[in-house]
Amino acid sequence: MKPAPAVTAVEMGTRQREISVSEFFTKNRHLLGFDNPRKALLTCVKEAVDNSLDACEEAGILPDVTVKLETVADGQTPATPSQATRFRVTVTDNGPGIVRAQVPRIFAKLLYGSKFHRMRMSRGQQGIGISAAGMYGQLTTGKPVKVISRTGPRATAHYFEVQIDTKKNEPLVHENKQIEWTQPQGTEVAIEVEGRYQKGRASVDEWLEQTSIANPHVRLVYHTPEGETKEYPRTYHELPPSPKEIKPHPYGIEFGMLLKMLQDTKSHTVAGFLAGDFCRVSPALAEDICKAAKLSPDTKPRGVKPHLAEVLYKTLQTTKIMAPPTNCISPIGEKAILSGLYKQIKGEFYTAVSRPPAVYRGNPFIIEAGLAFGKGPEESVKPQQAAMPLAEGEDHGQDTELARVIRYANRVPLLFQQSACATFKAVLNTTWRNYGMTQSRGALPAGPMVIFVHMASVWVPFTSESKEAIADYDEIQKEIRLALREAGRRLGIFLRRKERAAGEFRRRNIFDLYIEEVVEACNRLKGGKLPTEQLKEQLHKIASTRTGGLKTDEALGKTGAGPEGLPHSIIVTMEGIEGEAEVAQQAATAPVIAGTATQSDQRLVAKAPVKAGKKSKSVAAIKDKAGQQDLFVEPASPVKKAVPPKRRPTATRNIRKGK
Amino acid sequence: MAQAKPKKNGAVEKKLIGMADVVIAAAQRAKDPTFAIPIRALSNVSFNPRKGLIEMGEKKQARSFFNVGMAKKFMQTMLVADALSELQRADLTTSLREIYYRTKHTIQDSHENTFDTQDESDPIIEDLEVSLVALREELHVRAENSGSIVGPVVFGDDGDRVDCAKLGKGGYSVPSIVEPEYLEIRRCTADFLLLVEKGTQWNRLSEDKFWRRYNCVLLTGNGQPPRGVRRLARRLHEEHRLPVYVLVDNDPWGYYIYSVVKQGSINLAFESQRMAIPKAKFIGLSSADPERYELPRNVGIKLNDKDITRAKELLNYRWFQKPAWQEEIKRMLANGLKFELDALANKDFQYLTKKYLPRKLKEKDWLD
Repeated sequence: MKPAPAVTAVEMGTRQREISVSEFFTKNRHLLGFDNPRKALLTCVKEAVDNSLDACEEAGILPDVTVKLETVADGQTPATPSQATRFRVTVTDNGPGIVRAQVPRIFAKLLYGSKFHRMRMSRGQQGIGISAAGMYGQLTTGKPVKVISRTGPRATAHYFEVQIDTKKNEPLVHENKQIEWTQPQGTEVAIEVEGRYQKGRASVDEWLEQTSIANPHVRLVYHTPEGETKEYPRTYHELPPSPKEIKPHPYGIEFGMLLKMLQDTKSHTVAGFLAGDFCRVSPALAEDICKAAKLSPDTKPRGVKPHLAEVLYKTLQTTKIMAPPTNCISPIGEKAILSGLYKQIKGEFYTAVSRPPAVYRGNPFIIEAGLAFGKGPEESVKPQQAAMPLAEGEDHGQDTELARVIRYANRVPLLFQQSACATFKAVLNTTWRNYGMTQSRGALPAGPMVIFVHMASVWVPFTSESKEAIADYDEIQKEIRLALREAGRRLGIFLRRKERAAGEFRRRNIFDLYIEEVVEACNRLKGGKLPTEQLKEQLHKIASTRTGGLKTDEALGKTGAGPEGLPHSIIVTMEGIEGEAEVAQQAATAPVIAGTATQSDQRLVAKAPVKAGKKSKSVAAIKDKAGQQDLFVEPASPVKKAVPPKRRPTATRNIRKGK
Repeated sequence: MAQAKPKKNGAVEKKLIGMADVVIAAAQRAKDPTFAIPIRALSNVSFNPRKGLIEMGEKKQARSFFNVGMAKKFMQTMLVADALSELQRADLTTSLREIYYRTKHTIQDSHENTFDTQDESDPIIEDLEVSLVALREELHVRAENSGSIVGPVVFGDDGDRVDCAKLGKGGYSVPSIVEPEYLEIRRCTADFLLLVEKGTQWNRLSEDKFWRRYNCVLLTGNGQPPRGVRRLARRLHEEHRLPVYVLVDNDPWGYYIYSVVKQGSINLAFESQRMAIPKAKFIGLSSADPERYELPRNVGIKLNDKDITRAKELLNYRWFQKPAWQEEIKRMLANGLKFELDALANKDFQYLTKKYLPRKLKEKDWLD
């Protein structure tokens, strides 16, 4: 740029171009999830882990990811994790690695990546994430991003220190050398950032935990800043099917997009462009569309005038075109969801539902829902309190906590803006009372329950850039509701079954309960001279004929039928596990690290009576659920959960018992 | 009157015992025990213009035991019937709330209560009233005493002589059950009866000894008059030929209070026969009064949305179809204002006693 005495229009133009994306984001960091130090720390972890998982899955490698958070002293005395303001985030994976030449650009150039230009389901979408995290670190601590990458056992590992030139949006390489690395293959990123570490809602811990639920094929090791090590073991040993890339569907594009595609296409005719650059448009259909739009099929795409393009756009929207193919999305799958929920959440009942693919605005998507209900078998067999008459306004107490909703988009947990999210609204709009839960108007259902909702799509419609809530499209809302209803229905069946099992308290139906009262009232009315037993018997007889007798028993599962009729569900009782026992067993037999095992879990192990399993029950699984965490117990209020005074770090404790 | 009691009680008790018989008979024939309960709603009442009464229609609703939706209500109905027959046998009266407590318990071997709140037991008592065609008083259930009477009338209450002309300005508190066997009217020399909606205005009239100058009985029910007050007014009207005048606020609720006194209520239409006073007159406050008595506009209150909706409902009731009434209500809507009786104090503390009522009575300015 030459210095000029006066500012000319030309020069102004040059300057305007010089405002780079990176500079813009430096000033608008909240758009990318760096609003406050606490969220920034989470965002850094999230971006790095997302990248690792995307890379591993694309390369067909079962991901093995280690996350390490360390406090960094900023000159003064080293602060405790809750007070520290500076952290080093290190994420290591066993992925394919990155070729040397690309490392600087991937980590230090915004909007650079492989995912933006294709219609394929992945966690990341724009190629901003990790470089933005690096830039945030650079901005707050001045430290470069440190990257180690190795593409295979025979390749050498390379160490980089990169920073971003925020003016030019170009990487600056500070250090680049070959090093020895213990890992045969993979990538390690270390970013030093200003942040705050807190546990609880919307924390790094919660995010990793939820990630592990939706990604049971991932082995995740987490070193907390407090020096603990948590391992989220791999419980599902298959990679999710690799999603196919698809071309955009005509219903899903906007007018500007069409104009751009017309400019960029390699086809020489409009008909060829339509058939070649969109999915579900056959050459014959392309001709029809051209005809309808009064456009010669042989027109050059670049020669289409804007007003004609508009006609073409409108024609595309009104022509009947087949829904887009759905192999571009890969749902988590019922088994994997079950496995994830079972692994991470203590409960009595688990179920999972995958809906068939559906389409919104030309984008295919799949909704999956899951439920984990209950407080674990050992809680539910606590000696039942004697029937205490309740006073007005009193209830049974246990149902005061509300259910928790965990939300995912393309397998990534969403932790913020819950109430703006379509999934949350769908949970509220579901009538949980139909399934035996209590629910106040406009509130979440009450009870020990975790509701899992996942949306997988080539393009998840977020309400904002920072990807926190899913937009409320009717089609999406409807699918979520259908999935939740199915899951709720199964829960209802389970709850009814459990209630019956509760024995003396609730007899077969309300009639049995009331007959006694009615007969007694009649007897008193008649002055106590009534043959009450006879009347009772008569009424019971009517009750059983009216309600279908045996048939009802059968429908209610009283005749001894198991959890059949409950597909993709796990039921945990003290006797063992019913339903998808295989999944549970897989989850349970995976090696577990003691870091997260609390005493109550050990108690459970000790106490669980090992009875011979009936039907499809499996005994082994229940004992080994040390990895399960009680999601309902807030870390702040450890109810009865005495934390061991000194946690044994990293020591792998094999608690499998001979079976 | 004492000898009348056992006979009457017997009749009600028989009806209650009949409910047990329904259950027993149905059980023997392997049928679903069912009661037919008349529906208590606007859809099941009709206005009889000849008698000037609201009458209950024929529509009934079945309540069966072996129906998942009704089983609990059925059971509750039997419990209440049992409690009511206990009252009959012991010859006691009780309140709605006591019935609730009496019938509430936890069902054996369960966590379930027979009743959770009083809201569940109250409608069942009303159900029984209508289906057994027994008045609440006959069922020995009383409401709160919330009415006062003063004037030249003498009652016999539990053997005590009560002269309402000698009870100062506080008067006699009207019991909730005023059937002849409980309350005897020994003497009444009044010329008419004035039923006042508000206790405050009743106090004003009582303090000013309005009843002495105009030789009348003053009665109030503190708002919507309870059954005892309505029944007493009806008895004085019937047995001593007292014309009844109703003095209420000028708002839709005042109009409705008047209509309940005159024709009976929708909810308990079956009681109109014994409660309603079809010849009662509406003496005020009329929507024409503010102009006639020169009440300034600023002592009015703007009608709110609820008032307007309610007034429009009243316009459609069959018993408000007389042209004078349509005009009365429409005038209130046109003014957009309601007026409280208390607003008369704007002119003078004793305006009601000294000017308003005397002029009304002199001009015979009332609505029928």
